[in-house]
Amino acid sequence: MAESTQDGRKIGGTLLEVKNISLSFGGVKALTDISFDIKEGEIRAIIGPNGAGKSSMLNVISGFYHPQQGEVWFRGQKRGSMRPYEVARQGIARTFQNIALFKGMSTLDNLMTGRITQMHTNLFWQAIWKGPAEREEIAHRERVEHIIDFLGIQAIRKTPVGRLPYGLQKRVELGRALAAEAKLLLLDEPMAGMNLEEKEDMCRFILDVNDEFGTTIALIEHDMGVVMDLSDRVVVLDYGRKLADGTPAEVRSDPEVIKAYLGGAHA
Amino acid sequence: MDHQSDTFPKLLTDNAQRFATRVAMREKDYGIWQSWTWAQMRDEIVALANGLAALGFQRGDKLAIVGSNRPRLYWGICAAQCLGGIPVPVYQDSVADEMQYVLEHAEAKFVIAEDQEQVDKMLEIQERCPNMQHIIYDDPRGMRSYQHDHLHDFAEVQTLGREFAKQHPEYVNQEMAQGKGSDISIFLYTSGTTGKPKGVVMTYDNIIMTARNSVNFDKLSQNEEVLSYLPMAWVGDHIFSYGQAYVAGFCINCPESESTISTDLREIGPTYYFAPPRVFENILTTVTIRMHDAGKLKQRMYNYFMEVARKTGVKLLNGEAVSAADKLMYSLGNLLVYAPLKNTMGFSRIRLAYTAGEAIGPEIFDFFRSLGINIKQLYGQTEAAVFITMQPDGQIFADTVGVPAPGVDVKIAENGEVLYRGPGVFHSYYKNEQSTRETKNEEGWVFTGDAGYFAENGHLKIIDRIKDVGRFNDGSMFAPKYIENKLKFFPHIKEAVAFGHEKDYCTAFINIDLEAVGNWAERNNVPYASYQELAGNPQVYQMMLKSIEEVNRSLAGDKLLSNSQIHRFLILHKELDPDDGELTRTRKVRRRIIAEKYGVLIDALYNGSKACFIRTEVTFEDGRKGAIEANLNIADVPTFASTVKEAA
Repeated sequence: MAESTQDGRKIGGTLLEVKNISLSFGGVKALTDISFDIKEGEIRAIIGPNGAGKSSMLNVISGFYHPQQGEVWFRGQKRGSMRPYEVARQGIARTFQNIALFKGMSTLDNLMTGRITQMHTNLFWQAIWKGPAEREEIAHRERVEHIIDFLGIQAIRKTPVGRLPYGLQKRVELGRALAAEAKLLLLDEPMAGMNLEEKEDMCRFILDVNDEFGTTIALIEHDMGVVMDLSDRVVVLDYGRKLADGTPAEVRSDPEVIKAYLGGAHA
Repeated sequence: MDHQSDTFPKLLTDNAQRFATRVAMREKDYGIWQSWTWAQMRDEIVALANGLAALGFQRGDKLAIVGSNRPRLYWGICAAQCLGGIPVPVYQDSVADEMQYVLEHAEAKFVIAEDQEQVDKMLEIQERCPNMQHIIYDDPRGMRSYQHDHLHDFAEVQTLGREFAKQHPEYVNQEMAQGKGSDISIFLYTSGTTGKPKGVVMTYDNIIMTARNSVNFDKLSQNEEVLSYLPMAWVGDHIFSYGQAYVAGFCINCPESESTISTDLREIGPTYYFAPPRVFENILTTVTIRMHDAGKLKQRMYNYFMEVARKTGVKLLNGEAVSAADKLMYSLGNLLVYAPLKNTMGFSRIRLAYTAGEAIGPEIFDFFRSLGINIKQLYGQTEAAVFITMQPDGQIFADTVGVPAPGVDVKIAENGEVLYRGPGVFHSYYKNEQSTRETKNEEGWVFTGDAGYFAENGHLKIIDRIKDVGRFNDGSMFAPKYIENKLKFFPHIKEAVAFGHEKDYCTAFINIDLEAVGNWAERNNVPYASYQELAGNPQVYQMMLKSIEEVNRSLAGDKLLSNSQIHRFLILHKELDPDDGELTRTRKVRRRIIAEKYGVLIDALYNGSKACFIRTEVTFEDGRKGAIEANLNIADVPTFASTVKEAA
């Protein structure tokens, strides 16, 4: 059932659901019995103190990790054990906590790599290039140019990514994830290490992506101000368990959350 | 020319026939230069004009244009003119309150805004601008959730216009035919650095005749390529990117974004280019810095051939005789250095470049000219539709601004003020009868507010603002800014303040340039611990003395200003700073405050003492206050007898 937010965005049915996920590395339990859902069109935040299992959760969704127990349901189908590229093909794209771009390649080329899952001509045609492969590349380039325009990075189109400042690299990484035309975008700490201005820009872009393309976004973030402003719903993890789940206002007033973040009140 | 093409809409119709398949405009969008021919552009403009008419735009209505250089905003100007309306371009980086003043003053009924940012500003001020009825935006991004009662997408207005044209096929043509040369074509608001902005009212005759004269003067053709990157509200852009483009039929290129201008410049390779001196200065600095980082071989090649260029390049450009051997060396240099250098600067195809607005350093000027780039100076004003004087080819001097532009008369008033009249002289200031009368007299002469005189070769020399010009006790002219500019052309002098009004002779304060002088100190093993210590160093005094001596020598050859030679100077112990109120935020000297604050020093300059003690209050960057004390030396400079022979 579709509902509307105050600013007129549409939030639809469940896009992704994780059920009773447990993940451990040897004796270390990273995630214990986690369940939550992500609805179509929403901005969903995953928060928690260091080591709470946020990135592990994201890695489970993106197919990097395979949980020992539990199920991942995406677009109404239960997902079997998959490799990351298969997940990507299904329509899930992500960015990384510590930028994972091709440093020696230009911004444009990095964004073009985001289109790889959408390319259909085979190795033979790619090698010849003239003909179908060229036409395909032009179509993909056009998509990428729209993203460059959207993110306002025209001036660095041909600049090798390694030479760009950190904030811009983060933006390029977001661009590459957008180029994949994902249904679900996973952002692992998109504002880590940014200054205030860069953070504001990034917030704007995240909201715009959600608004313009209707992309569902799940993000991990430490900056509480950002999380509370951006997200529709927040799930809180602590020591691999789910602590709370709800709107920013609900989560903020949850005593368990306050305890985990600020320490318990001692009588 | 023929009586028909006396308005821009008529010129557009002409060009759409004459140059139907020639490109009139390009914009880089999605990484590709998208282009429109004159015929296509006419269709776009007519569709927009019909759309405006359908929304209720009438003869005499004002259409504000808010945004950076975009084809659709340029079309907006012409579309308004098609209907007998008046376009009002606004500086797009002004804050909402400044825009409100202009929009309210101009009584703008329609607005074409570039994007969400500008639309937000318009919505913010809409309540205070009762005349504003419709806002049209170019870029629809982020606009979906806005209330669209009075807000329209540009393309939709054009669609509306095409529908309207089906029902009223002759409407726009009839409106266009009604226009005539003496009609108001545009309001150009001054930037308002002093007081409220004034709306300069221009007629079609003003703009078109000026454009036509200057196109002939510089032999511009339909083959020119121009990059439009200066604010649309500025008269210069209106002439270079609109007036001259319509008259000559050449192509305008809009950059992709503000941050890509230098890349776009390189891709387009304009043939005709305008930039303020600062831009040329920055280019030279970048080149110099990058050459310092280059390999040894490249450095030597660069230095060697730049020397060749200095010797031969300017002469070649001026069409003077050059020996065959020099010519050969120059063409070798062109192959190895000049051409690649021009390519990286985006000047490969440049035929003509103009600069104006401020004095340009002779070494900057010579650098570009020696590379074969025909850079010239002009002197102009909004009120003149730019051109008052221009430099003809082959008669280029760094310290004068040229001869009167075609059709323009220039004369010097008793007090030294420059006056002009000509076809470009503005109609009036909008709703400001008093200012109009103060600026333009009954015979059509306009007061520029600048002091200047004609040098012996007939070229105009601008020396200062008339209100800053003073007199020495013997009655000869004292122009502080002219002297200060001469001093500031030396890289190791950052700022200078000249004194002399109601005194016997000229003196000056000098601010050293910490970077340049510090660099020199490093290379010459001169130790220093602070700015103050470096400024007081005797060797630094010697260096300044030499520069000032050079200035004096050049002043001695000046017929009006040979009395302005600097007799004594001192180097200030601190940098003049806007935080201390000594400079304006745009780094102009505030004479009154400096005279108050450093009165002791000025006295010492005139009472013959060799040194002077001063204690100054300073404001640190975090806002705390402190004091600096110093004992400053005062140095005497040799002066020269005037080398100008008295006219018999």
